[in-house]
This record gives sequence, structure tokens and C-alpha cells, in this order.
Amino acid sequence: MKKFATLFGAALMAGTAVFAVQAHAADELTITSWGGSYQESQRKAFFEPFIAAGNKITEAEYNGEIAKIRAMVEANSVTWDVVDVDTQTVLAGCAEGTFETIDWAKLGLDKSKFIGGDVTECAVPNILYSTVAAYDTTKTQAPASLFEALFDTAKFPGKRALQKSPFVNLEWALMADGVAPEEVYKVLGTQEGVERAFKKLDTIKKDVIWWESGAQGPQLLADGQVVFATSWNGRFDTAINKDKKPFQIIWDRQAPDWDWWAIPKGTPKIEEAYRFIAFASDPQRMADQTKYIAYGPANKDSAPLVDPAVLANLPSAPDNLKTVFYPDPNFWGDKGDELRERFNAWLAQ
Amino acid sequence: MSMAQALPNDGVMRAADGTPLKVALARAERRERMKALGLVAPLFAFIVLSFVIPIIVMLYNAVYDPDVAQNMPRTVVALESWDGKDLPSEEVFAAFVADMQEAQKAKQVALIGKRLNYEISGIRSKVIATGRKIGALEQGPFKDAVIGIDKVWGDPDTWATIKRSSSDWTPFYILSMLDLRQGADGSIEQLPADRAIYKDILVRTLGISLLVTVMTLILGYPVAYLLATSPQKTASILMIFVLLPFWTSLLVRTTAWMILMQDGGVFTQLLNITGITWLLNIFGAIDGEPQLFKTRFSTIVAMTHIQLPFTLLPIYSVMKTISPNYMRAAKSLGGKPFYCFLRVYMPQTMAGVAAGCLLTFILCLGYYITPALVGGPTDQMVSGFIERAINSENNWGKASALGVILLTATLILYYVYNKLIGIDRMKLG
Repeated sequence: MKKFATLFGAALMAGTAVFAVQAHAADELTITSWGGSYQESQRKAFFEPFIAAGNKITEAEYNGEIAKIRAMVEANSVTWDVVDVDTQTVLAGCAEGTFETIDWAKLGLDKSKFIGGDVTECAVPNILYSTVAAYDTTKTQAPASLFEALFDTAKFPGKRALQKSPFVNLEWALMADGVAPEEVYKVLGTQEGVERAFKKLDTIKKDVIWWESGAQGPQLLADGQVVFATSWNGRFDTAINKDKKPFQIIWDRQAPDWDWWAIPKGTPKIEEAYRFIAFASDPQRMADQTKYIAYGPANKDSAPLVDPAVLANLPSAPDNLKTVFYPDPNFWGDKGDELRERFNAWLAQ
Repeated sequence: MSMAQALPNDGVMRAADGTPLKVALARAERRERMKALGLVAPLFAFIVLSFVIPIIVMLYNAVYDPDVAQNMPRTVVALESWDGKDLPSEEVFAAFVADMQEAQKAKQVALIGKRLNYEISGIRSKVIATGRKIGALEQGPFKDAVIGIDKVWGDPDTWATIKRSSSDWTPFYILSMLDLRQGADGSIEQLPADRAIYKDILVRTLGISLLVTVMTLILGYPVAYLLATSPQKTASILMIFVLLPFWTSLLVRTTAWMILMQDGGVFTQLLNITGITWLLNIFGAIDGEPQLFKTRFSTIVAMTHIQLPFTLLPIYSVMKTISPNYMRAAKSLGGKPFYCFLRVYMPQTMAGVAAGCLLTFILCLGYYITPALVGGPTDQMVSGFIERAINSENNWGKASALGVILLTATLILYYVYNKLIGIDRMKLG
């Protein structure tokens, strides 16, 4: 027997997503990504050429909530055929059967050509992004470090915009509290470590505006609502280079991660999904995407095709990597749910 | 003539066609009733589909919980004979291994982990890791081998939790929304402080709703009086000012408040220009510029603005029906204006006040979008947590339980209100 709750949930979601369902009936591929300038870059580099090649696409947006994908899969009514996901979501979803296992032969792609191609069997890496902070150079002095920017409210009074998620925020809090970067996950793996991280976040709790979609960080910064904002580096880069905002990215303790194309299990459009992923993994198209947003293509063959001017703005530029902090996606794949729950309780208190 | 003769002469009144009048009348009435029923049927069906059934499903989901029972059938049976004191027997572990291997194949292990994690924080990842490794166990004895995979299986509390969740029905969700849980021995205990947030949220929801209701009453009552007693022409213009915002979308008004309340925004500048900022600084209420964005203050202000017409309009419509002669009479008997107002006019408006306040209070209980946009994380109300349980936690049991708590609180308040004021005294206009 199917669980009544999820069935009813699916009915509700279907109700709210009537258009998506109709689109499905009309034989269109539904691709879900993170909205804003990132989705815009995917639209120009992948979606529009894919449509020009005679395919139909419906776009959807989300803020990375794995629960939305889980609900569809559990209720057996998958309306998102391809989803752009981050690494912790891939790993958590892969372990519990939320995503299809990728058949690289069917894609016609060589796994070894992709940075991180063997991290998971459930997704194809598309870009490398990084979570960073930034400030407005016309309003705020350059901070000495990321931790001074985020946690020194005496030197930099005003609000900070952080992502409404424990991911990276807990690690940064621990490092700001004096934990060595290589010890972070050992400490965060213990109850005391988690308490310690939240205690550090307590010191700025009243100074934080929490954002949920990637466009909000740069927006809050542009509106002068915050002195520092975090977001993904490409979002700030677009604000700086396209919208000519006087922002400066703080590369100190940048936290790089992958985004992936994954296929929710049970989609009726699996053939088209494969076709789209193969199409979007083409080296030239991936290099084209860097014209619209500063994320590193995961296809190694794209590297020589990328404009050298863009390379310096990528998280992988040597200058930007000096004090990099690599988050552990396996830790988050395993512990993400419980830390998110704790984080949400902490927020509400 | 011949017809009349054919009728029996038994003293029964008959219709023209000879049927007894009583029967003919009943038939006509039934036809009318069917017609009326046909007219309300679409509405009735709509209410059943969109209101009654979802509420029943919600009540059901709040206590229905089949994940463990369905995915660990052998373990659940084997645990029936367990005394709950020491570790379960080898037989239970063998059943557990068989269940987990099957669940791993069907990729249902995560569901077990998700469900158990609601009660034992952190067990989700251990269940999933166990699922990955358990395929290698082919031969017994299983007990030590399973505990070797993760020592969480060597803890009797883990098995007590599985045994407790083995029924299709559970009080777990409702209890945890009251910051309670069942202990290992089945007794009810408090949740640890870092997870106990829901009582606060319920109190917060009731508190914000009450405050907004009082604010709308204080602001709305004099306006309603002015509207009701002004000459027609002035009253219509004033009415437009009340109704225009009422006709504007809730989302638009909330977004407008977001912009007005921004730091350095219109509202802050207004406080600066009028010297209120300066005054507040002198009294030490704030330090520097007022920070209003994402605060309880802006939430209350925005909600009060949105709810004002809901409180005002019922009061106004009741005031319209009060004859000015009462006040004239009171004054002619020598009453001072304020005394007359208090003793003669105000009691007559209570039916409208009661209706407006109840309407606003109950609407406030369900507020979601305004606190989400204008308030901070500590200003979110129950509906906000229902949304999160569904959209970002995929926890329908929790969402339903929160719904049940909110519904119960509303019904209790309604009952108390009915006892104190009487619902029959309420007038919406």
C-alpha cells in the first residue's frame, strides 16, 4: 500500500503544479534549477540551443530542497525530469534511491573527462561553484579576513546576509571560533562541536538576515540592507561584471562545491533527460556558459575553450585558492537532515 | 359529476385528481426540496471535497505512521515477545537482517532511517550505512555482526523505539508538537531544550494574533464611529480610504511594508525627521538608527494594517443601525458625553466588536506570508512551520500534527468565546 500521506501530498503538489503536469502531457522536458542569473546562464548556454534543436523544455526553480524531490519520488509522480543539485543532495538522494543511476555509456560521455565524475553514480557534474562573502566597496572597508567580516560586529556594525542553511555556516563558525580547518568535521561530528558552532552563531544571530534563494544575497547588498552578504561566487560576479555593482568578493575561506545534473527516479521522460544531459555536457557549450556566469565547467575538455579573462574570476584561479576551505559533501550527505533540523530549531528559538 | 361520485366518501380531503391532499402536498414539497437540494449540491460537494476531506486527511496523517510497520514486518513480529529490558534475542536480529536486506533492495532503507530519526536524532545516517553493509551478512549468528556494523544496534533504546513505532498509528507527531515524547518505557517526558520549540511557537502565534486584534480594535473603533456618524458625503470618501487597501492583494501590501520597513527606508526616515529616533535614543530604547526590517514590530504593524478593515467593517455596520436618539435621550437626561457614550452607545456596539475581533483573531492565527516576508526567524507563526514541514522537510506527519494543534486551539478559543460572549450575539453586519 502506498503511503496515504505522500499520495495526498502528491495530489496537492499536482494541484499547485497543474501547469507542470500539463507540460508533461505535452511531452516537454521539465528542468529544475536554482533560478536567477545561474538559470539565466543555463538558459543561454543549454536550454535555448536545446530548444533550437527541436526539443521542448519547461523550466522550474527551487532553492535546493531535497524534500521536494523526495516527495515526488516517494509518491511516484515525478514532474521534474532533470534537476540541478548540489553535492550533499546528490549523495543523500543517491543513498536512498531518489535519483536514477547514471549510465555513462548511454550518455556517450567519458566519466574520466569530468572533474568529480566518480564522486557519485547518480549524477553528472556540470559546474564548480563556491560559497563566498562579498561587500560593497563604496560603503565598507576591506576586512582582514572572512571571519572578521562575518563575526566582528564591533568593527563592522550592521547586518549580514547568510544562507538559511547550516551548510558552510557551521564550518565557518567553528573556524572563526578557532578550530583548525582540517579538524572542522571531526569537531562538527560531535554533539559538543555542533553546540560550539551554534554558540558562535549566537553571537551574530540578531545581526543576520537569512536568505533562501541565491539572488537575495547580492540584492540585499545592493540595497544597502547588509554590510556583508554570502552567496555563490557566480551571483556576485554577475552583479560586479554585468550590473556594474561596486562589490568585492572575499575569497578567504571560500567553500567550493559541485553542481550536478541528476534525474529523479521514475521520471517518464528518462530518454529525453539523458539526451539533455549529454547535450549540456558538451565541452563547447559548457565553455559558453562561462560567458554568462563565472562558474568553472566540470568537463576538463572545456578548460582550453574558456576565455582567459574569465578564468581569473573562477573559484579555481590560483589567487582565489590561497585559503580555500573544501566542505565535505559526504559529511553533509549523511548528517545534512539532522543538522538542518537542529538549525531550524535554533533559528526559531 | 361522475368523478365526484367515484370518490369514496370517507371524509379525507382530496386533490383534483383524487389523491389525498396530504400525499399530494408531500409530493409537491419533496419536489421543491429536491430542487433546492440540487441548487446547493455543487456548493455542498465543493465543501466536502475542499474542506471536509482535507481536514479528515490531516487528522488521519497526524497519527498515521506506517513506515516502520511496512518496511520491517519480520522485525516487528519478532519484537512482540521482547521484554524491553536487555538486548533482543538472536531471532530478532535475524529478522532485522532479512528486513533490512529486502528494504535495501527496494531502496526503502532511507524511509526507515527518516522515520527513526524523528525520535533518535542522528540515526538516519547510521540506518542508511547499515543498509549498505548488511547485504554482506549471509550466515548467522547475526547479533554481534549487526552490532559490529554500528553500535547503535547494541542499544536497547533503539529497539524500544522500533517496537514503539511498529504500529500503523502513533501519538508521536502530536506529542512532539507539544514538546513531549514517549520515553523508552512508554512514559511521557519533555523534549530536550534544543528541540523543544513548538510550545513557544504556539504561544507566539496566539500572542501575535491577540496583539494584532487589540491594535485593530483600538485603531478601528474610532474610525468606525466617525464613518457611522459623519454626513453621507464625507462618510463615502472616508469609506474609500478604508476599502482601497482592503481590495489590494495581501501579497502586494506585505511587499509594500517590506520596502517601507527597510533599514534606512521610508519608515526609518520618518522616525528620524519627526525626532522620534532622537527621543528613543535619549530614553535608551534603541542605540542609533531604529532597525525595523525583519522584526516583530514590523510584523505587528503590517498585520494590523492588513487586518484593520476586517475588524472595522462589522463594527461600522452595527454602529450604522444604532439610532442617534439613544444618545440624545441619554444627554437630555443629564449624562455627560463620555458617560453616555460608555453606558449607552458602547454596549450597543459590542455585537460588532465581538464579530470583528473574532474574525481578525482567527484569520491572524493562520498568517503565513506576512511574517515570512516582514518578520525575522523568531517571528514565524505556526503556519510558517507547517509550510516548512511540507516543503523543506517532507514531513507530512509533523505538518498535520501542527495543523491539528492549530485547529484545536482555534476550536477551544471559539468555545470559550461562545461561553463568554455568545456566538448568537455576534453580528457581521
